[in-house]
Order: sequence, then C-alpha cells, then structure tokens
Amino acid sequence: MSTKKFMYLNRKAPYGTVYALESLEVVLIAAAFEQDVSLAFIDDGVYQIVDGQKTDGIGMKNFSSTYRALGDYDINKLYVSKESLDERGLSEDDLMPLVYEDEDDDWAEKPSVFVVSNAELSKIMSDQDVCLSF
Amino acid sequence: MLHTVNKSSFERNSLQSCVNIIDDSSVILLIEDGVISATNNTQSSIVSDLASQGRVYALQGDLEARGISSKVADNIKVVDYAGFVDLVVEHGTPVSWV
Amino acid sequence: MADILGAPVDEEGFLVNLTDWTKDIAVEMAKGDDIDLSDEHWEVIDFLREYYEEYQIAPAVRVLTKAIGKKMGKDKGNSKYLYSLFPYGPGKQGCRFAGLPKPTGCI
Repeated sequence: MSTKKFMYLNRKAPYGTVYALESLEVVLIAAAFEQDVSLAFIDDGVYQIVDGQKTDGIGMKNFSSTYRALGDYDINKLYVSKESLDERGLSEDDLMPLVYEDEDDDWAEKPSVFVVSNAELSKIMSDQDVCLSF
Repeated sequence: MLHTVNKSSFERNSLQSCVNIIDDSSVILLIEDGVISATNNTQSSIVSDLASQGRVYALQGDLEARGISSKVADNIKVVDYAGFVDLVVEHGTPVSWV
Repeated sequence: MADILGAPVDEEGFLVNLTDWTKDIAVEMAKGDDIDLSDEHWEVIDFLREYYEEYQIAPAVRVLTKAIGKKMGKDKGNSKYLYSLFPYGPGKQGCRFAGLPKPTGCI
C-alpha cells in the first residue's frame, strides 16, 4: 500500500461539541494504516491542545491527555494557526508541550507542535493527498 | 431576564444577537463553548460594555475544561453551578441562545 | 446483562464501569479463557493500566509492542511474546483483563 499524506483539520473547541473527540478517535484508528498523518488546529480548534484542561466541573472525560499519546502513534506534525491563536489572546506558551521520541535518533524527544502562519498552513494543506475537516 | 449563550463568538453570532436584543435589566451567562467569549480576545468587545455594568457571567467548570480560567476578561463574573442556580432564582428561567 | 464477580460486562466481556476493576476480576476473566495469570501477564496488565491512566486510551497493539520493548527489553517487545501470553491479542484480551475499554480501532 502506497503512503498518502493525510491531514486532519480541527476547527472546533473541545467538549461543547463532539467534533474534537471524534476527530481524535478517527486519527488514532487511521494511525494503524501507517500513512503520513498530520493535524492542523485552526479557529476554535486551537483550544483542543490548550494546556491545563480540567473537566471535573463538567463531568466529561478529559481527553486532552490523549494528545500526548499521538507521538507513540507516529503522529508528530501538529500545525497550529498563529492567526487563530492571536485572535483568541493565546500564544504557543498556552499550548501543551507535545513531543515525540525519535526512534532514529536514539529516542530523543522532539517537539510535535508547530505554530505556523495561515499562509504556511495553506501551503502545507495543498501538499496533502487528503484533508479531512472536523 | 437571564440569557445563556453556549456558542463561541468565533463560530456563531448567537452572543451578538443576544446582546443586540436584550433589555437593560437582562444579564448573560456564558456556558459551554460560550465561555470562549469571556476571555480576552478579538471578540471580547461584544460584551465589554455589559461586563463593565456587571451583567456578564461565565461558568467556571466550562472555563476550567478548556484550560482558560486564567484568561477571563475584566469585569466578567465567574460562577459555579450553585451560582447558576442563584441567577435562575433571581432572574427566572433562562432564555437559551443556541 | 452478564457480569463477572458482580461487575457488569458488555457482550464482548469488557467491563462496563472501569472503576469496577479488581485483580480478582482479571483472574476470573482469564480463567474463563483457560489462562492462569503469571507474573509475565501481570507485567503487561499493569503496563496497560498505567498507559490508560496517563493517556486515557488503551494503546493499539503496535504502540503497546513498541512501548513494552522500550520498557522491558526487545525479548518482550515483540508480538510473538505478547501473543504467547494473550492468544486472542494483547490489545483485545490484555485490555479486557486490565479492565480497559477495547483499544480504539480494534475490531
């Protein structure tokens, strides 16, 4: 099976709607097919990977810790729109410091989160075989 | 009157519609994704006037879930579920702007 | 609904409530599959529970194999070894004994 480039586009805040969790589940399932997977967080989707989420007060499962497992699934390209962060008064420091261990580099920890401009993101998107939006 | 808004202002215009219509005695409680409008961002101006009059509330659990409880804009009052109940007692059954 | 030692399980034998899990339940589930749980089984079950605690998901087999290999050495981090412990699949059977949901994407 030839490898294709898949991008999952995340546009919704977590918890208020089911899109974020659904996307994450699809990403984990698709990871089994060993494709070249990347994630993009734009608009309110950037809230999905904001650090310090605590869901005790709303009685829902806190699935933010699952994003930290993505590295184990060889998903290590998470692109975040700089403009979307700026509009929301957020910066890279507000995001979870997600990393992956590079098997080819003696398991060195490397960052998985890349804050990019919309122009850069659009270039990355046009390079994909498949883009799925949630 | 009490109005609840559960949509992000970046996604829908529910909050703007609500602000456009409500009278001077009304208050707004931001819940679920609506709490995004309680933080300092480019949509904050929608409620800043009302907030300065002490008429905008945001639900604590929903702020915490999204990791944004430290980013609440000035003058917005953070309440827990008991506070939500108090608002209902004071202002009556809420109108939900979905 | 079926149950194991009073804890409800779904049609595939997975615990309905994750908090119901006890070691006795794991032993009982294994007995139903004709398996006597050894230290080697427990090592994997404990690992699965720790993984779930940290990441809120049951790992896919590929991820589990890699992670076990990293933690316990190459002689254990391979599917032959893990399938010898859990013949119905380290993901599916292992997670069931560990009281976790079926791994995401596992059929």
